[in-house]
Amino acid sequence: MRKLKEFFIEKLIFICGLASIFFVILIFLFLAREGLAVFKSVRLFDFLCGKSWYPISEPPQLGILPLILGSLLVTLGAAIISIPIGVACAIYIAEIAPLKIKEILKAGIELLAAIPSVVLGFIGMVTLVPWVKNTFNLPTGLTALSGSIILAFMAMPTIVSIAEDALYSVPKSYKEGAFALGATHWQTIYRVLLPAASSGIVAAVMLGIGRVIGETMAVMMITGNAAVIPQSILVPVRTLTATIAAEMGEAVVGSEHYFALFAIGIVLFIISFIINVTADLFLHKRHN
Amino acid sequence: MFKKAVFILVLFLSTALAFAAKNDNSIQVKGSDTMVNLGQAWAEKYMEENPGDFVAVTGGGSGTGLSSLISGTCDIAMSSRNIKDKEIALAKQKGINPFEIKVALDGLAVVVNPKNPVSKLTIQQLADIFTGKISNWQDVGGVNQKIVILSREVNSGTHVYFKEHVLRRGDVNGKEEFAPDALLLSSSQAIADEVSGNSAAIGYYGMGYISSKQKAIAVAKDEKSEYESSNIENVLSGKYPISRPLFFYTNGEPQGLIKKLVDYALSKEGQEIVVKTDFVPIKR
Repeated sequence: MRKLKEFFIEKLIFICGLASIFFVILIFLFLAREGLAVFKSVRLFDFLCGKSWYPISEPPQLGILPLILGSLLVTLGAAIISIPIGVACAIYIAEIAPLKIKEILKAGIELLAAIPSVVLGFIGMVTLVPWVKNTFNLPTGLTALSGSIILAFMAMPTIVSIAEDALYSVPKSYKEGAFALGATHWQTIYRVLLPAASSGIVAAVMLGIGRVIGETMAVMMITGNAAVIPQSILVPVRTLTATIAAEMGEAVVGSEHYFALFAIGIVLFIISFIINVTADLFLHKRHN
Repeated sequence: MFKKAVFILVLFLSTALAFAAKNDNSIQVKGSDTMVNLGQAWAEKYMEENPGDFVAVTGGGSGTGLSSLISGTCDIAMSSRNIKDKEIALAKQKGINPFEIKVALDGLAVVVNPKNPVSKLTIQQLADIFTGKISNWQDVGGVNQKIVILSREVNSGTHVYFKEHVLRRGDVNGKEEFAPDALLLSSSQAIADEVSGNSAAIGYYGMGYISSKQKAIAVAKDEKSEYESSNIENVLSGKYPISRPLFFYTNGEPQGLIKKLVDYALSKEGQEIVVKTDFVPIKR
């Protein structure tokens, strides 16, 4: 009887374990089935490198190059803002902050992660967008830069908590060794701790970027959604995610537009897959 | 025991019957997002006056509504455009006979910031602005400033209407498109907000969204015509060039409950609701 119970529980957990993989495969198959259909009417090259996105015209023009570049530009901007601040914040929390401040900071970072993206988008729309417009004297504040700044806020919690974890798990003996050799605190951090934790920090950055590139709502609200190839960070852009979210509602099931939106989904899937695998590689490197 | 079982069975059957009977009193209305608020307002008042009847109103877009009517999953399709010949043919195939009822009018206002000196434009100028041919306010009598074009997202019936009737001036074979650097915003309110804070912006939306923070542009069909401002009188008389009818489509001439609802929408009371939801009534 006991053995039987053991057997069932074991199998049940096994099935649960398989389920997550099973769902990923199902999702991917569905994406592929719906998305690849677009290539019956558009060539892969024209889809990825086409410069015009007019999905509801006759015949539709389905070129997603401006959307890919829009997504990459916003993500790059967010990375440039969030990586230095995030890593510095992690160093401060892990190494310098007294215990009390450390607790407060950690709680604060977790709270930042808990703010829904639509709320951040709304705050950005009301405060950040007019600020960007006036500061840079632009025709409109709905720009890639506004999106980058808000997304940097969203990437920060991921970067800080994972990087802090990586710094914390550097063996104490490294630090003690550095101090024994007469290194200052900053020298120890810069020369010993950062290199020792580097793979974990890179993983933190990659996961942060992964969060940014998949973000939709806030970006849709503040980047202006104009499908042009961006010439600078101070112009409106349209991202892959915002395009899917904005157009899914009206796309007729089975139309080229509908398939194209799924194909955009595949592109996004591939991008975030690459980012996650890179992060994973670095995390494993650290554990070995 | 047996008695109890019979009692439960009877109770069960009667509830089922009651639900079935209730379903006979329900109408499904579906379609244009522009008209959802209007449809909802009609449904609420109608149900207040006719307790027992049930009207469900959902959006999804004009195309969605018409395709539901064709597939028989809704009783009334709301549409902010005329039904296409293709759709009529498809409906006939499925034994559905679309019947058109004009229930209200909608005027599209073109708006700029109140600080902008430009206050009147022709349709041709509007088309040139929104396609990107004119990119500086100077060219239409304003200050030397780049024009920021605001449009709705492509899932909006208003976007489609504006493209077909302003950019392409009703030419079904037209190839004109919104300028690629037009900002696509997700709601009329977002356009209103951006226009009120940006002196270089121009946008469009239903007349109901105009407030004192935006300035509506007077529009002329061509250079020889009068510039008409977007108000209820001009839409009613057909003088204002960018206005459109809003329709109900039913399967055949409306009958029974559906007729009751349509009649209510067209009644004096129903048309008062049209005004309250910022559309233009078809009659006064």
